[in-house]
Amino acid sequence: MALTTEDKRRLEDKAHELRTLCVDTIVWAGSGHVGGSMSAMDIMTILYHKYMRIDPKNPAMPDRDRFILSKGHVGVGYAPVLADLGYFDKELLKEYNHTGSPLGMHLDSRKVTGVEASTGSLGHGLAIGLGMALGARLQGRDWKTYVLLGDGECDEGEVWESAMAAAHFKATNLVTIVDRNKCMIDGPTEEVMALEPFADKWRAFGFEVVEADGHDFDSLAAALDTAAAAREKPVVIIANTIKGCGIDFISGDYKWHYGGFDGEKTAKAKESLARFHAARASGEKGTAK
Amino acid sequence: MSGMTFTMLDAAKMSTAEIYGQTLCDLGDEHPEIVGLSADLAKSTKIGVFGDKFPGRFFNVGIAEQNMFGMAAGMAKTGLVPYVSTFAIFTSMRALDQVHTDICYQNLDVKMIATHAGLSFGQAGTTHHCTEDIAIMRSMANMTVIVPADGIETAHAVRAAYDRKGPVYIRINRGFDQVVYDKPDYGFQIGKAVTLHEGSDLTIIACGATVWRALEAAKMLEKVDGLKVRVLNMHTIKPIDVEAVERAVKETRRVITVEDHSTIGGLGSAVAEVAASTGKAFSFKRLGVPDCFSIIGLHEDLLAHYGIDENGIAASVREMMGKDFEADDNWEDEV
Repeated sequence: MALTTEDKRRLEDKAHELRTLCVDTIVWAGSGHVGGSMSAMDIMTILYHKYMRIDPKNPAMPDRDRFILSKGHVGVGYAPVLADLGYFDKELLKEYNHTGSPLGMHLDSRKVTGVEASTGSLGHGLAIGLGMALGARLQGRDWKTYVLLGDGECDEGEVWESAMAAAHFKATNLVTIVDRNKCMIDGPTEEVMALEPFADKWRAFGFEVVEADGHDFDSLAAALDTAAAAREKPVVIIANTIKGCGIDFISGDYKWHYGGFDGEKTAKAKESLARFHAARASGEKGTAK
Repeated sequence: MSGMTFTMLDAAKMSTAEIYGQTLCDLGDEHPEIVGLSADLAKSTKIGVFGDKFPGRFFNVGIAEQNMFGMAAGMAKTGLVPYVSTFAIFTSMRALDQVHTDICYQNLDVKMIATHAGLSFGQAGTTHHCTEDIAIMRSMANMTVIVPADGIETAHAVRAAYDRKGPVYIRINRGFDQVVYDKPDYGFQIGKAVTLHEGSDLTIIACGATVWRALEAAKMLEKVDGLKVRVLNMHTIKPIDVEAVERAVKETRRVITVEDHSTIGGLGSAVAEVAASTGKAFSFKRLGVPDCFSIIGLHEDLLAHYGIDENGIAASVREMMGKDFEADDNWEDEV
């Protein structure tokens, strides 16, 4: 289903709100995985605010769609998404990373309502998601499982074990999304451990590959619609993104995988996010850069 | 045992893994939410008989253990109860990060029935021996660790695992085990040691393949040496039967542990942790594979080589009984 102009505006507004809340959370936490949170934010926004069947008031609803943040280090980006929807009290974000807080760098499914799997050790999410997808199919349920992988995470062998199995078991109720921000901790992905030809690798493992602009809601919607129509092969959406998207002084810089903002940087980050949002709302192309 | 579809006579002709496979089929009839997973070891671990009976509920993931344990976690999240079988070494080491983070951290109902444990795949060598898994698995929070002594106890453990909330690791051997129990209903209960032989001179605490051997040693020592040796089958390593260990220390003052596992971190260590907290003086020895990678050979021969067969155990008992340590100590000087 193509997005209406209103849908798109609503998603852009929500993504802006969530990026800003993520910056606040990073300040409250002291520091956080800001780069990957910003690259993934539009993907999480469209899933939680357009595509997923959820009810934050009934988080254990049996037929809810499942989302697994396999790149679990961006909990600081994900927690604001859940808090904003009312899965838990937004005030808790102010205690992020604090001693004894339920919210830490990698979110714990047993402590944080709405989190479907405790992730953080990279490479695990696709296997867990595949298990959920097969569990749904075996029990005749129609809910979907969405797994968001980091691109650097795809160095892990387990990702490819799971990819092979997802294709083998024809898990078309599993939607795999890769946040292809082309950065990892030690440098650009292609310098640390080359992933390209990345799409070909997924095709060779039996997936239908859809490439999308991970900061364009129309593009993401088209890709998610393709995934929803999957019948034979599981779909992977390679969402081309920009690390730190929206914050100009960190954008595209792998060194901002993790960091903190002082008062000055916080103000600059919020000014940049506002400019990014305004430019995107005005339909300016290439605003993410 | 309720739900058992084979007789004790049948069991005597079945390998331990075959008894596991049959028990899982029976459980599968009773509980439609049970699913099975294996990583190209469906035949070797005998979970394949469950797959033959319930093809829609069985997933062979190929030789990819990390994915298998992650999938099992995901399935458990949807309300299924996965039984997962591969060799002990691959369960405890190849996929440990997944067992730790996906299964134990989330306290999921995944039941790991790990075969070919200890030195039971003797001729395969160290790549397929597994003498570290008890140490590894019992250090995982939320995990229950069971080491059955024979086939019937394996059937009990596999059934009890279903009723126990959270992850369970059951460690069984390749091939046939000596029969310890001649009747099925002996009161198996997770966390409760079984006294197989009464005695007041010394206690042998054993698990798995060494239980039968400890029992044979105790019978021999009684007949030949007139020694009264208590034998405990400590089938559950975690949670350990604290009371049974404390009674052994207080009542016999001599304790020997014996296991088909490294002497570091396994049953011996678990017993030592409890025994050392009793505040009682006692003589103690851990038998098992010393800190080394095992030589290659038949299981029986390897157990003899490391002094954990009946003769080796008896020799250790005699050695401990021969020590005149009581003269050096005031045994009444208790905390």
